[in-house]
Amino acid sequence: MEQVITAQNLCLFYGKHQALKNINITMPRNKIMAFVGPSGCGKSTFLRTLNRMNDLIEGVKITGQVNIAGQDIYAPRTDVVELRKKVGMVFQRPNPFQMSIYDNIAYGPRIHGETKKSVLDQLVEESLRGAALWDEVKDRLHSSALGMSGGQQQRLCIARLLAVKPDILLMDEPCSALDPISTMRVEELLGELKDKYTIIIVTHNMQQAARSSDYTAFFLLGEMVECRETNTMFTNPQDKRTEDYITGRFG
Amino acid sequence: MNTYNQARLKADRCVRGVFVLAACILTLIIVALLFFMSQQGLLTFKDVSVGEFFFSSVWNPDNNQFGALSFIIGSLAVTVLAIAIGGPLGVVGALFMAKLAPAWMRAILKPAVNLYMAIPSVVYGFVGLTVVVPWVRETFGVTGGFGIFTAASILAIMILPTVISIASDALGTVPAMLEEGSVALGATYWQTMWHIVLPTALPGIVTGIVLGMARAIGETMAVQMVIGNTPQLATSLFMPTSTLPSEIVVEMGNTPFGSTWGNSLFLMALVLLLLSLLMIVLVRYISSRKAVRV
Ligand SMILES: Nc1ncnc2c1ncn2[C@@H]1O[C@H](COP(=O)(O)OP(=O)(O)O)[C@@H](O)[C@H]1O
Ligand SMILES: [Mg+2]
Repeated sequence: MEQVITAQNLCLFYGKHQALKNINITMPRNKIMAFVGPSGCGKSTFLRTLNRMNDLIEGVKITGQVNIAGQDIYAPRTDVVELRKKVGMVFQRPNPFQMSIYDNIAYGPRIHGETKKSVLDQLVEESLRGAALWDEVKDRLHSSALGMSGGQQQRLCIARLLAVKPDILLMDEPCSALDPISTMRVEELLGELKDKYTIIIVTHNMQQAARSSDYTAFFLLGEMVECRETNTMFTNPQDKRTEDYITGRFG
Repeated sequence: MNTYNQARLKADRCVRGVFVLAACILTLIIVALLFFMSQQGLLTFKDVSVGEFFFSSVWNPDNNQFGALSFIIGSLAVTVLAIAIGGPLGVVGALFMAKLAPAWMRAILKPAVNLYMAIPSVVYGFVGLTVVVPWVRETFGVTGGFGIFTAASILAIMILPTVISIASDALGTVPAMLEEGSVALGATYWQTMWHIVLPTALPGIVTGIVLGMARAIGETMAVQMVIGNTPQLATSLFMPTSTLPSEIVVEMGNTPFGSTWGNSLFLMALVLLLLSLLMIVLVRYISSRKAVRV
């Protein structure tokens, strides 16, 4: 199976505090991988190394290698704009811009130079359909995105990503601010997106990981303890710490 | 209902009463101000026609000619030009302070900017008189160096601290998650600033500009020292002219209260008040339309 993401001996420091310790992991194309682990174990931090969002934070130091689609993304000549187009990110809280629904989706293509209205119209429709949102909003594309429900806003943020045609979607606890029904809709959406995209989803929710992912990686105190197919991970974990965590015997 | 709750409800009512009272007093003061200025000012029209006051620029009280057009134009021109220079400068400064400057520099800049607000306008006037006037004279090859351009340059600097401090507060409250959302789509830093951060902070930035404008249009001392104080219609940015407040302060002392001349100065003050209210409403209106469209 083709591996799109490979991290080797990855360490990350916030100043003196080491948040990631020697992470080695590979991720296959067009699958969903879930990251689980207790709060503060470095899931978000690792996710953010994959599209170099940590560049925004002062005092971050990274050693080791991350390869995405065969390229070392921390090589000095990496085009970060291209990288972030290919590796999109959905955040914990929905963060739609203060614009219309249409403009939110068109934002990405526009900053990358697309100006033709017909192309943008098409992209907006495609992306909204891709995020299972088109039918709900097609009559109010030009009203503010802030008037949508939280679940719709989160799917809008996913649609906004799809419009720049990424290959990989990083989702940092995308359902943690949503009600159960909206959560279910996002999970359904994940299943549909899997055919076209490689997806990594951070989640606190064991059931969610078990339900919606193909692979699961367990993080603890900055280490990646164990990574295998979700089925075997939940039925037959190899590491004692993983077993303790998924059976709920963990602090 | 127990007595504890009743006491709390009573306190609540009292506090609300205090707020309502404060609001009423403020409104009353403004209405009284307008009333007083109008009462005295409108007496002018017993002796001077509305057309003459607003559309003639011949100001010669000894000859009973009271055309205030040149002052109105002077005030508007000085204010608009000051905002045109100081507004963008201030917003860029605010962007630097709120988003680019490292933490230690911000810690120095913020109090420094507030300190600037406390500089008395007569000091700005002196700087204008001794530095800007000669500079304008030499740079633009004009005689004198007094006029709208000089006054507007000084005002632009005077309003900078107001604009910077309010706009940078507004920029600082833009949620980081909006910036991250934009950057994660592949936007550059500047694209993110321009398309996301500035529009989100727009209401606060407009407040800063409105307050700057209010300061510019009402500024008397600094303008009076560099505008030339000549009651003539400005046909260039570099000729001596006058503004409403500077003309009022120059003439107030030797004008008998209750005379047509005296009344006309009150009327000028009223016009100034209305003009500044009008400009504030206008800016708010334009920016609210823009905010809806974005
Ligand atoms: N911007 C930051 N600066 C300093 N330390 C941070 C920062 N973000 C996260 N950390 C630290 O890194 C560790 C991992 O955090 P995080 O990746 O957010 O964990 P998770 O997403 O698994 O809850 C925590 O100890 C946290 O305190
Ligand atoms: Mg996290």
